[in-house]
Amino acid sequence: MENPAETEEHIIPYRTFLYVLAILIALTLTSAALTQIYLGAVTVFAALVIAAVKSTFVLRFFMHLKYEKRIFTIMVSLVVSLICVVIFITMLDYLYR
Amino acid sequence: MNSAAEIHAESETSKFGMWLFLFTEILLFGGLFIIYSVYRFRNPEGFHLAAEELSVFIGTLNTIILLTSSATIAMSITAIKKDDKKLALILLGITVFLGLVFLVNKYFEWGGHIREHIYPGSAVLENRGHADVLFYGLYFIMTGLHALHIIAGLTFIGFVTVFIVKGRINRESDVLHENSGLYWHLVDLIWIFLYPLFYLIT
Repeated sequence: MENPAETEEHIIPYRTFLYVLAILIALTLTSAALTQIYLGAVTVFAALVIAAVKSTFVLRFFMHLKYEKRIFTIMVSLVVSLICVVIFITMLDYLYR
Repeated sequence: MNSAAEIHAESETSKFGMWLFLFTEILLFGGLFIIYSVYRFRNPEGFHLAAEELSVFIGTLNTIILLTSSATIAMSITAIKKDDKKLALILLGITVFLGLVFLVNKYFEWGGHIREHIYPGSAVLENRGHADVLFYGLYFIMTGLHALHIIAGLTFIGFVTVFIVKGRINRESDVLHENSGLYWHLVDLIWIFLYPLFYLIT
């Protein structure tokens, strides 16, 4: 039998979500501001890096991955890696065709 | 017997199932992102010019609206866990309201494009060349599919709200509520990538 304390679910405080929301909005405004200033490939790269950081916050806090069993994080990482690998291979094909 | 441990195991399984479903959604949009990357790679200049017509302001506003709605639904789960039914319902109400505001913005945005005769298959768009046809084709398909997910998410949250009012979702049994949250966050997650790819590539 499991210890009742272990089965007790983790309650995330309200302010955690408010902090995360503030960070997400700040990152959104940063990426919007960046594209107004710079031009070129670096901008797109920066915007995508910011998007990746934002999704990490959403996955870990809003979607509770930080508080769930490890297996959830591993599965999500696998699916995301799969998409990245397929995009990478597709681009290689177009680059060296 | 319905011990706390059993309920916990049940909700764990249910969440696992929800995640598996979310993976199929990620792969669905992943496929579209692959198409986007290839077309973008082959028409960098054309995509750049076509994207300049999208309003960065509306895109940014809608991003902030969705992020806020994600935070409110996450907070409503905390409220239910603390047995604060009223606050949970208020937070869910805000989530639904923000989702609707997002759709209204999308309506005006699409309406603006269509008034300018920019929609898939229009003669004006065909005359503007290959890159514009591809860009706006992807734009309408991807944001349209995303908007359908918003509508599905709002319906899901609507049911959850009714269940909370009736007491079927409560502090002990909250997994449906959590799953609706997961779905809503996924819709948010997809938008986080649509936003830079369509609005910020100018």
